[in-house]
Amino acid sequence: MNLKAPFVLKRIVAVSSLLLLLLLITMLIGISIGSTGNGVKAVLQSLFGGGADSILNTIVWQIRFPRVLLAALVGATLSLGGLVFQALLRNPLAEPYILGISGGSAIGAIIGILAGLSRFPGVSFTAFLGSIATLLLLLIMSSGQSILKKNTLLLSGVMVNAFCGAIIMFLVSMTQDSRLHNIIFWLMGDLSMSDIGQVGILALTLLPCFIILFRYSHSMNLLLMGNEMAQTMGVNIKRVTTILLVVTSFMVSSTVCHCGLLGFVGLVMPHLLRLILGPDHRVLVPACILGGGAYMVICDLLARTFPQQGEMPAGVITAMIGAPLFIYLLKRSKR
Amino acid sequence: MKKAVEIKSLSFSYIDNEVLKNLSFSISEGEFFIIIGPNGSGKTTLMKTIAGILKPKQGKLRIFDRPLKDYTRKDLAKTVALVPQMAGLDFPFTVTELVLMGRSPHLSMLGFEQEKDLEIADKAMTLTGVDHLAHRKIDQLSGGECQRVFIARAICQEPKIILLDEPTASLDLAHQVKVMDLMEKLKKEIGFTVIVVLHDVNLAAMYGSHLLLLNAGIIASLGKPKDVLTRQLLEKTYNCKLLVDESPAGKFPRITLVPGLGGRGLGD
Repeated sequence: MNLKAPFVLKRIVAVSSLLLLLLLITMLIGISIGSTGNGVKAVLQSLFGGGADSILNTIVWQIRFPRVLLAALVGATLSLGGLVFQALLRNPLAEPYILGISGGSAIGAIIGILAGLSRFPGVSFTAFLGSIATLLLLLIMSSGQSILKKNTLLLSGVMVNAFCGAIIMFLVSMTQDSRLHNIIFWLMGDLSMSDIGQVGILALTLLPCFIILFRYSHSMNLLLMGNEMAQTMGVNIKRVTTILLVVTSFMVSSTVCHCGLLGFVGLVMPHLLRLILGPDHRVLVPACILGGGAYMVICDLLARTFPQQGEMPAGVITAMIGAPLFIYLLKRSKR
Repeated sequence: MKKAVEIKSLSFSYIDNEVLKNLSFSISEGEFFIIIGPNGSGKTTLMKTIAGILKPKQGKLRIFDRPLKDYTRKDLAKTVALVPQMAGLDFPFTVTELVLMGRSPHLSMLGFEQEKDLEIADKAMTLTGVDHLAHRKIDQLSGGECQRVFIARAICQEPKIILLDEPTASLDLAHQVKVMDLMEKLKKEIGFTVIVVLHDVNLAAMYGSHLLLLNAGIIASLGKPKDVLTRQLLEKTYNCKLLVDESPAGKFPRITLVPGLGGRGLGD
């Protein structure tokens, strides 16, 4: 065998530094490009102090930076969420939304919008409540022993999501005024409402989640062998499953309430990275955080620069790139 | 001789279906212990109970003189390793990665393998004859190769007991003998206690030092192959016509099926 001892650690460091570099570059591009066309150089100056242009300083720090940071956090969370759910359910097609988190938070958000609440904290809060409520419902539905049976969880999630879909359509069809536009925008995913304070809080919330999930990355490898095999290799299934499920759901809920529904990131990124890097979760967890972040920053950049006027919801771009890419990957991996 | 597994009045039920009924027996260290019996007789359930996957409803189960429930998951994984029935894997690990997973009960939190773990994995792969496949993906292997990779993974756990659930079920003749020979070798060279669930009574006759014949969750017979594999007992347990004589290949019974009389022609 031509492997040397801490080879996993070395791979993690190598992959992470590469993807971190990629993320930083995309973030820099994201901050540099906007409706006021300033060069990278001027933006760099105002980022690292010494920018003479106070208007540009404001744009960079108050508008672009929080938005790009939010995009990176959202992409990281959704990719990592997809990775965890794929391991947990041993189903390569799982993604965060499959457990009904999207449906629940969408209902919460729509109710908030219909009640005329402000975007933050009002609608975000009702969206968060909605997703936590569906999660609790799901946990109660599949409680006890059966939480370990992946199909129970998966099927319950699909059903909860379908039910939520019906309620969403009901609420949408009952709404006719300008609030309809807000609802549609939220349902398609939208990163435009970012404020440095909120994004900062979100980042502080997510960081411990990332660390916990990384700590359980080797357990996720063993989970892929099946629950019974993982047990015989020393994994405390009940504890690990519960921690992964709760931490990931909390992480995704806190993100979705800021950005609306963004599909396909959670499905495509883990697959893409797994194809390139192999299935070891100790490498994939940091890779999904950094790579997923970079993907979302690019998608958001396209979403706000592509249209001549205004911008389109980022969810449109993630799905437009994500869906064909996924089909391509699926065909390739079948071979 | 130390007792590797000691079972006293053990029962197990799935909801209201009692699968194991009041079993009592023990397995000594270093035995090649084979569990046989018809479909649904509780073989796999018994194996999963010994592996600590299923919790017995009643009765006592001790592994090396220590109650099973006193073991932590990690401690148990260092004592008992399970080789599952051929399982499909959607996630393409390499052979080395998979074999190294057997080290996990010995590793710290994140599971970073040290030089020593790589050496153990290397040895296990050489022992099971899959070292030349080290960099192949697990989903590109044949059934026989896959089986030996999973055995190498079990060896890496450095257990005292290895459990195998129908290890020959999907293998051709040569690979069946290869896997059983390998287990015999591991028993002799490393001193494993080997516990195997088998469908093939002839393989059980050839390799088992002790046989347990289960029928509907009850011990139909327990002992040396020539005492367990008698025509009368087997015909009654499997409910079909059989011939039993001494195998021309060695001093063990040979069981031959008789076509056309399956399940009938016995009552009279």
